[in-house]
Amino acid sequence: MFAFALRRFASMLFVLFSVVSITFFLMRSAPGGPFDRERELLPPARHALEVRFHYDGTAWEQYTAYLGRLLHGDLGPSTRYRNRTVNELLAQTLPVSAALGAAAFCIATVGGVALGGWAATRRGKAGETGAMFAALLAISIPTFVTGPLLILIFALWLGWLPVGGLGSPASLLLPALTLAGPYVAYISRLTRTSMLEVLGQDFIRTARAKGLAEWRVVSQHAAKVALLPVVSFLGPLAANLLTGSIVIETIFNIPGAGGFFVNSIQNRDGFLLEGVVVVYCALLVVLNLLVDIAYPWLDRRIKAYG
Amino acid sequence: MQTADNKTAWQRLLEKGGATRWSLIILAVVVLAAVFGPMLLPASFSEVSADQFAAPSQAHPFGTDIHGQDMLYRVLTGARVSLAVGIAGALIAFFIGTAYGLVSGYAGGRTDGVMMRLVEILYAVPRLIILLIAINAFDSRMKTWLAAAGTPGLVSYSRIVILILSLGLIEWLTMARIVRGQVLALKGQQFVLAARSLGQSHWKILTRHLLPNLVGLVIVYLTLTVPAVILDESFLSFLGLGIQAPQASWGSLLADGAQAINPVKSYWWLLAFPAAAMSLTLLALNFLGDALRDVLDPRSGPE
Repeated sequence: MFAFALRRFASMLFVLFSVVSITFFLMRSAPGGPFDRERELLPPARHALEVRFHYDGTAWEQYTAYLGRLLHGDLGPSTRYRNRTVNELLAQTLPVSAALGAAAFCIATVGGVALGGWAATRRGKAGETGAMFAALLAISIPTFVTGPLLILIFALWLGWLPVGGLGSPASLLLPALTLAGPYVAYISRLTRTSMLEVLGQDFIRTARAKGLAEWRVVSQHAAKVALLPVVSFLGPLAANLLTGSIVIETIFNIPGAGGFFVNSIQNRDGFLLEGVVVVYCALLVVLNLLVDIAYPWLDRRIKAYG
Repeated sequence: MQTADNKTAWQRLLEKGGATRWSLIILAVVVLAAVFGPMLLPASFSEVSADQFAAPSQAHPFGTDIHGQDMLYRVLTGARVSLAVGIAGALIAFFIGTAYGLVSGYAGGRTDGVMMRLVEILYAVPRLIILLIAINAFDSRMKTWLAAAGTPGLVSYSRIVILILSLGLIEWLTMARIVRGQVLALKGQQFVLAARSLGQSHWKILTRHLLPNLVGLVIVYLTLTVPAVILDESFLSFLGLGIQAPQASWGSLLADGAQAINPVKSYWWLLAFPAAAMSLTLLALNFLGDALRDVLDPRSGPE
């Protein structure tokens, strides 16, 4: 157990370190720099800017200095939002994205599992066809189309929910639904396939033979095994959702962190980009580790700590 | 790959029923319309006119956009770009992913470990970031290179080429994992051992023995990668980083149309027709991919 945890932890740090390094050098090798948009800078002024924003020295020197600061939890300055550090920017925006992401995460998992499980028990009936068609449709339409449509229907025509912005919990509902839509579809397809496979197995026949009600067979016996593929998808899903989506945040006018993934590249705001990547990747590896730890606990057939 | 009842995969695919057949018909219609449609429409449809934001009518079945261009023409030319990006991008992903997965699975051991670790690392970089950096880094270089190469006519296509390359370069990871898994399962089987003990070269074993056994699986994921790439491109277009005017893809049309939705004056045709074209096509591709998986993928259980 201890050796397993240690090895997993080491590989986690290695992935994190590699991703940070790759992003750093990709960003520095892209043409253009953060100070190109300034009006003509005299060399001393330019140098002063570079020193202030840690862009002085060779790429390697910048890299090692950055890693050193990173170890102290300092994500560096932002060259776009000059009076703020990346830590401040993320502290302000990430909670917003995380709240929205958490809501979407709940909708996606609960909705997806329920829909997929329900479809599996309706094998060959209209309910299954309808549910799976809807799921495929949700995967085939981009969220920047469903978002405005939902706004049009629920906010403008029916007037039930706010158009956008961030205020009451109700204002989170539409963006969370839009964000969760494709994932509901994906999880329900995953759940259905694996549930159908499990429902054909012997231990299910045993459970039915001893007279258990069908819903108990499905929800208690089959679900335990059938949900394993879903569980292994939850790590990447949560990391994706919690760090924000630029599309949803643009449509619904939400001040989250999703936009940084795109804007920071266009503004050549290196440390801001590396900051969001560090957060995303750390979240991803930690969540994947949690999934790995939870897995053998959920499925006794797997010997994990080998 | 023949089954016990001696039917070809194609026959079994057609037996899967209405939805699969409809998907094939829809895809055939969309491809034909995209290739030949724009040539059959009147030349005036492609031009900018004073007749902006006209609702669908006899003259303009899909209405017109802000420049008075006919939407039917734009949807059809958009189909060309979207399909080209989707298919070419998926093919690149397919070549890289298959080659990578084959080598990784066949080599095994330490090589396999390193190669799969690299895939794991690339999975952990947000895909959008790789895409954006690639587009930013190569777009201007590609333009100057094309202009210098004496083909200024191609400069306007450079964005499409960059998009295809960069989308192909991020979509191969899943393909590599799937192919590797299958190679691991296959290489322990007797026909591979037999080939090896007969002294065949690694290259021959890979290309003559393993690859033919992967065809079914790879076709399934190729079919499913095409809609994924089309969808990716549409998101890039929404962010203003995809296909740029005057060229259009379904994604860029949708992005324009989504902004035209407001309660005061809704130009619904700007959104509805591209959305219908794109979702029908993606739906058909996904349907076909699912049906192919049932028929061809050895790991999916019997129906």
